[in-house]
Amino acid sequence: MELSGAEILVQCLKDEGVEYLFGYPGGAVLHIYDALYNQEDVKHILVRHEQAATHAADGYARATGKPGVVLVTSGPGATNAVTGIATAYMDSIPMVVITGQVSTAVIGSDAFQEVDAVGITRPCVKHNFLVKDINDLAETVKKAFYVASTGRPGPVVVDVPKDITDPSIKIPYHYPDKVAMRSYQPTVKGHSGQIKRAVDLMLSAKKPMVYTGGGVVLGKGSDELRKFVRHLGFPITSTLMGLGAYPATDKQFLGMLGMHGTYEANMAMHDCDVLIAIGARFDDRVTGKIAEFCPHAQIVHIDIDPSSISKTITVDIPIVGSVPDVLQEMNHLLANSSKKPQKKALEEWWKIIDGWRSKLCMSYDRNSDKIKPQSVIEMVHEITNGNAYVTSDVGQHQMWAAQYYGFDEPNRWINSGGLGTMGFGLPAAMGVQLAYPEDTVVCVTGEGSIQMCIQELSTCLQYGLPIKIVALNNRYLGMVRQWQEFFYENRYSHSYMESLPDFVKLTESYGHVGIRIEKPEDLRAELERGFAMKDRLVFFDIVTDQTENVYPMIAQGKAHNDMHMSPYSAPAQDSERELS
Amino acid sequence: MRHIISILIENEAGALSRVAGLFSARAYNIESLTVAPTEDPSLSRMTIVTNGTDRIIEQIVKQLNKLIDVVKLMDLTEGPHIEREMMLIKVKAATMAQREDVKRLCDIFRGHIIDVTSSTYTIELTGAVSKLDSFIEALAEHKIIETVRSGVTGIARGEKSLHL
Ligand SMILES: Cc1cc2nc3c(=O)[nH]c(=O)nc-3n(C[C@H](O)[C@H](O)[C@H](O)COP(=O)(O)OP(=O)(O)OC[C@H]3O[C@@H](n4cnc5c(N)ncnc54)[C@H](O)[C@@H]3O)c2cc1C
Ligand SMILES: Cc1ncc(C[n+]2csc(CCOP(=O)(O)OP(=O)(O)O)c2C)c(N)n1
Ligand SMILES: [Mg+2]
Repeated sequence: MELSGAEILVQCLKDEGVEYLFGYPGGAVLHIYDALYNQEDVKHILVRHEQAATHAADGYARATGKPGVVLVTSGPGATNAVTGIATAYMDSIPMVVITGQVSTAVIGSDAFQEVDAVGITRPCVKHNFLVKDINDLAETVKKAFYVASTGRPGPVVVDVPKDITDPSIKIPYHYPDKVAMRSYQPTVKGHSGQIKRAVDLMLSAKKPMVYTGGGVVLGKGSDELRKFVRHLGFPITSTLMGLGAYPATDKQFLGMLGMHGTYEANMAMHDCDVLIAIGARFDDRVTGKIAEFCPHAQIVHIDIDPSSISKTITVDIPIVGSVPDVLQEMNHLLANSSKKPQKKALEEWWKIIDGWRSKLCMSYDRNSDKIKPQSVIEMVHEITNGNAYVTSDVGQHQMWAAQYYGFDEPNRWINSGGLGTMGFGLPAAMGVQLAYPEDTVVCVTGEGSIQMCIQELSTCLQYGLPIKIVALNNRYLGMVRQWQEFFYENRYSHSYMESLPDFVKLTESYGHVGIRIEKPEDLRAELERGFAMKDRLVFFDIVTDQTENVYPMIAQGKAHNDMHMSPYSAPAQDSERELS
Repeated sequence: MRHIISILIENEAGALSRVAGLFSARAYNIESLTVAPTEDPSLSRMTIVTNGTDRIIEQIVKQLNKLIDVVKLMDLTEGPHIEREMMLIKVKAATMAQREDVKRLCDIFRGHIIDVTSSTYTIELTGAVSKLDSFIEALAEHKIIETVRSGVTGIARGEKSLHL
């Protein structure tokens, strides 16, 4: 079979099993668009801005575990995609981004719509390629998918000059089944000696703590994790990125940790004697003050990327490997060990933890005459039976969604944690809804964030995506306002959102349904009415309490046992200090 | 501490910029960097001299290993090794006295005069960084017109080697 470069590219995507291609056309990729014209296997989704193409592919990847695929033109197409590429990079999301490039003959001549895409994206990709010969095209695409989706996943850019896709030049096509790269061989299985040492340490722990992260979701390690934690009876917390890997409703789960983590999770981190970190990267939003991080603990760290280990916190037992593989080996050792976890010590430890829990750190004013954002999320949880896919933007609403939705399954909570990209939520929801057309997909957003990619409402109409947008409209860049309240003596510099659009009319003009909710007593009925519209996109513009803050909060650079608490949580008890 | 890191890297366009970009993006120190193809034309060998605390060096090694183009890496300073740098230096040598003294210093340091004009000598000198530094110091009385140094290259002593 003789194919042109453009046809080869499309055929590679088919052979790779790509369902959706998120893209936007332009001069440098016109040959490729022509090759897409007469086929139906790879469904192209035309976004309204290339940033959205990358976020949509990213959302698809986070929900399915399969790499998201993007096609954009050279120059502005490539630069518009950069924010989405960096977003995926920071959260280790598998993605393949094909960027058009000017013809090889004019590269470097400041040709029309030329940018050095490989250079611009280099610091925010796992790897990138410039294809200089049509004979390398198929193998390069294969390598791109392989690199993006193995080891620690990440985005890979393939820059394809226009002449490479020239329809008049055809070569025989062959898509390799496998690639071997001598320079890239990720470790999957952990070192058995280290695993044994770790298990011995766990079995002697008196105040153990399990701290999991996005690596459990990325590595599909949720089942092994559940077995592991239940067998040991240890308390478990998760980063923002790992939510759902262990069920939030299980009694061993202490909630999220870190800057906006629960009181009990952060206190248990501070006091534990053995910390088991699984697929988490000790981010500064999690560790707080490095010098006071888990001061009494011996630390085990399982991670597939050696550079995540001992990067900020030195650990005692490093294990390089993939979460399910390592945990499976640990579970096997535990099942066959004559030693059992320290039962009495664990009972004492749980008593201390229950003391912290009784502080009810997630309490808020339930009798307010304003709509409390937390109550919105709790109600959305109820209405969706806790099994919706929830994407979010960035800000206070993101933290409330993470804290109050209570994810019981992995891949359901989809947000930008590492880069914190406002504008992520709606396009990410498009990718998720395409992957799971029958499921409920909710985008929790703020009136600030939603305006960063609002144009995608048009894409949602074109492809009939019935996303439910839950906008917690506090007329503030709320997260910014909160920091200004706490750390800048209420000087609300440029954090007030004036001249907001009428979101209901705006949504209607895009052909969707808009519902504005202003009073707590209307909340349930209106949410139920909107969620009942299964085949329509509904934008809930919910007027929430403007001054609500996210609690608890550890100020940047403070230790885990130094938290701002909600005024509605239980007052500190004298006995509590003794307990801790 | 000062470390000499040797890397075998795919000989591809952009490989050098990945390494250089890594050092600048992560604010690692870079004292010198040399690169050239090896006997296997698909591979380049790179020598990087850097310094930092143990924690930073550990991260540098891990981050370099993580680059997809890096095939193999060795920290030469972890074992006995040989390091060499080459310098070409052009010195004013117009009078008889100058010519004699420069020649004498060059001999002491086991350099070679590789180019001569009526007013200059160009000397080639190879050795460890400290030897090249000392030679420049020894020339203090003279006028140095130009120096060019290759940056450090190195190799492990004994049986140990960096190869595929
Ligand atoms: C406004 C805002 C507030 C935030 N507040 C908080 C907060 O309070 N608490 C919080 O936790 N975060 C918070 N974050 C998120 C934070 O910035 C980080 O993104 C997050 O903590 C990182 O999560 P993680 O450690 O799970 O790492 P991830 O970024 O998810 O990285 C995954 C880790 O797992 C490894 N890995 C990948 N695949 C595998 C595998 N198969 N096997 C083993 N290991 C694997 C990777 O190498 C990496 O080290 C906040 C973000 C924003 C925007
Ligand atoms: C693209 C981008 N620009 C700026 C920021 C900084 N930032 C973080 S949260 C936030 C406010 C978000 O406001 P809104 O979407 O209304 O959410 P709220 O905090 O009010 O819930 C800002 C500006 C960011 N994260 N992303
Ligand atoms: Mg807001």
